[in-house]
Amino acid sequence: MLRFIVRRLLWLVPTVIFITYLVYVLVRIGWDPVETYKRANNRVTAAKIAQYKEANYLYDGFWGWTRGYFKWLWSFLQGPDHWLRTIKGRALVYPELRYSIFNTLRLAGIASFLGITIGISLGTLAARRPGGIFDTIVNFFAYFLGAIPPFVSGVVLQLVFAVELGWLPAGGVYPPGQQGFDLGLMIKHLILPVTVVAIQAISGYARFMRASLLDVRSMDYVRTARAKGLGEWTVLRRHMVRNAMIPMATVIALDIGQLVGGLIITENIFNYPGTGKYFIKHAFNGDLPALMPFLVILIISVLVFNLLADLSYAKLDPRIKLG
Amino acid sequence: MADIHDPQTTDTAALDAAEGLDVETKRPFRLALGRFWRNRGAAISTVIFLTVVLAVIFTNFTARYGIDEQVIELNPAAGVTKNQYLEPSHIAWMGTDNIGRDLYSRLLYGTRSSLLIGVAAGLLSVAIGTIVGLISGIRGGKLDDIMMRVTDIYLAFPFLVAIIVIRQFLGEVGWITAIIGDKSSFRFTIFLITLFGWMGVARLVRGSVLSLKEREFVEAARAVGASNTRIAFTHLLPNSIGPILVAFTISVVGGLVVESTLSFFGLGPQPGSGNTSLGKLIELSAEGAKAGYWWIVAYPCGMLVLLAVCINFIGDGLRDAFDPKLDKGKA
Repeated sequence: MLRFIVRRLLWLVPTVIFITYLVYVLVRIGWDPVETYKRANNRVTAAKIAQYKEANYLYDGFWGWTRGYFKWLWSFLQGPDHWLRTIKGRALVYPELRYSIFNTLRLAGIASFLGITIGISLGTLAARRPGGIFDTIVNFFAYFLGAIPPFVSGVVLQLVFAVELGWLPAGGVYPPGQQGFDLGLMIKHLILPVTVVAIQAISGYARFMRASLLDVRSMDYVRTARAKGLGEWTVLRRHMVRNAMIPMATVIALDIGQLVGGLIITENIFNYPGTGKYFIKHAFNGDLPALMPFLVILIISVLVFNLLADLSYAKLDPRIKLG
Repeated sequence: MADIHDPQTTDTAALDAAEGLDVETKRPFRLALGRFWRNRGAAISTVIFLTVVLAVIFTNFTARYGIDEQVIELNPAAGVTKNQYLEPSHIAWMGTDNIGRDLYSRLLYGTRSSLLIGVAAGLLSVAIGTIVGLISGIRGGKLDDIMMRVTDIYLAFPFLVAIIVIRQFLGEVGWITAIIGDKSSFRFTIFLITLFGWMGVARLVRGSVLSLKEREFVEAARAVGASNTRIAFTHLLPNSIGPILVAFTISVVGGLVVESTLSFFGLGPQPGSGNTSLGKLIELSAEGAKAGYWWIVAYPCGMLVLLAVCINFIGDGLRDAFDPKLDKGKA
C-alpha cells in the first residue's frame, strides 16, 4: 500500500509537469498573449513589445515555448509574489484567484454536501423497495431534473424567483455597495445558485446510489445476513449500504477534484465571483498570466483526487490489491 | 406425408405448417424491437421525438414565418411602433424575439440545426468510439492501458474548461481550420463535440467487448481459427449493438447540450442570418429572463429538455430491449 502511494505520488510530478506544459502551449497558441498585450495597450511601440515579451518569457517557436514554460514555472513556484501580472490592467493575479476559489468552494461545498447527503438518502430509500411508489417518484424526478442542463434551470429559477416574484436576488454575493460581512445576505444570495447545482448533484447521486444498492442486493453476503435473522434495517445499514458506498466514494472523490474548476455555467448566470467566472473573464480577455495559475491548481486538484479515488477504492474494498 | 420427414428438408416454416403448428421464428432484433415497443416510456418518447423531427424537416408546412421575417412590419405612420418581445398571441404563437421575429418558426429552424449537429456528432463519436473500443478491448495489453489512462484523465477534467481551451487552440491553428472550418462554423462545432464525445463510447464498447470476449461462442470461433478481425466484425460487433445504440443516444443528447452550452457563452456556431440554432435561442433567453419575458425562456429551454428527456428514454428503452437479463429494478 505504502509503496503504491509513494510510486503514484512520484509519478504525479512528471504528469503534472507534462500536462501543464501541454496546457501552456495550448493557451499560448489559443490566446496569443502578445496580441492581448497589443489590444490592451494600443499604439504600443515595437521596442515596448519586445521588452514585454522578454519580461514575460514569451519566446517564439517550439523551443521558445519550452524555455518560456520552464521560466514561467520557476516564477510560479517561487510563490504568489513572483507571479506574472495580468496583461489587462497589470493587476496581481493571486488575490483575485484566492477570492474566487474561496467563493467557489463555499458555493460548491454547500451544494455538494446537500447533493451527497440528500442524494444518498433518497437513493437508499428508493432501493429499499424497487418498483414501489417511492422508488418510482424518486426515479422520475431524478431522471427528469437530471436531464435539465444547469443553464436552463438557472435561467428559469432566476426568471421565477428573482424577476417575477422578487423574493431572492438575481445574482452576486452581496447587493452592490455592501461593505463587510453579512451572513443573512450571503445566504440569501446563495440560495438560487446552490439550488441549481444541488438539483444536478442530488439526481446524479440518487441514481448512482440506487443502482449501486441494486447491484449489492443480490449478493451472497446479503442473503447470509438475512439468513442469520437480522432485521431488514440492519441488513440495509450494516451490509448493503456499506458495500454500495465503495463505488460511491470513488465517484465523490472524482467530483470533489473538479470543484476548483468552478461551476462555470451557474456562476456566470448568477454573476457569482467564483473560479468559473474568473476563468471565463480571463479566457475572453486572453490573459495567459491569469489563466495559467488557475489551470495548474485545477490540474493538480484533479490528479490528486484521482489518486485519492483509487486509494479509497483499495482502502474500502480489501479484495482489491494495489500493484 | 413422408416427404416432410425427409432429412433433406431444412425449411422449418414448411415443417411447422405441415404439422399444424403456427410457429413464427423471430430473429433477436425483432424480439428486441417488440420489447422496445412494449416499454411505455420509450414508445411515447419515440412518438414525440419523431413528431418533432417531422416538424423540423417539413418547415415548409409547419413554420408560419420565414427565418428572418418579422411578424409585423414597423410602421410608425400607422401607429405600429413595437414588434419586438410581443407576448404570445394569434399572430405569433410563442411570441416574438428581440427584433420582432416569430419565436415558434425560429424554434423549428433552430431545432433542425441543433438536431443535425447532435446527430452528426453522435454518428462520428460512435464510429470512432466503436473502432477504438473494439481494438482496445480485443488487443488489451499496453495499448489498452494507455487508452484507459488517457480517457480517465480526460473524463476527470472539468469538461467546459477543457473544451473552451481546446476550441480556442484549434481555432488558431491554420491547417486545422482549413479542414474543419472556422471556429464559428457548424463543421467546427461538430468536430469539437466529437473530439470529446468518442471517449465515452469507446469505454462502453470496450466494456461490452471485454465481457463478450470470455463467452463460449467467441472461444469456439477462436478454436476454429477465426482471425481477430473476423471475430470483431461477425461476433463482437453484432452482439454489442445494444450498448452501441445506447451510446449513440447519449452522444446525441450530449451534442445538443454541448452546442447549447457553448452558445450560452457565445462560443457556439454562429449561423449568421438565414439560420439559427437551439443554442442561439437559449443564449437569448438569458437576456430575456432578466427582463421578465417568460416565453423567450420557456419555449427554447422547454424544447431542449423535451428532446433530452425523450432521447434518454429511447436510449434506456433500447438498453432494456437488447439486454433483457439486465436488472432494471422491476423485481
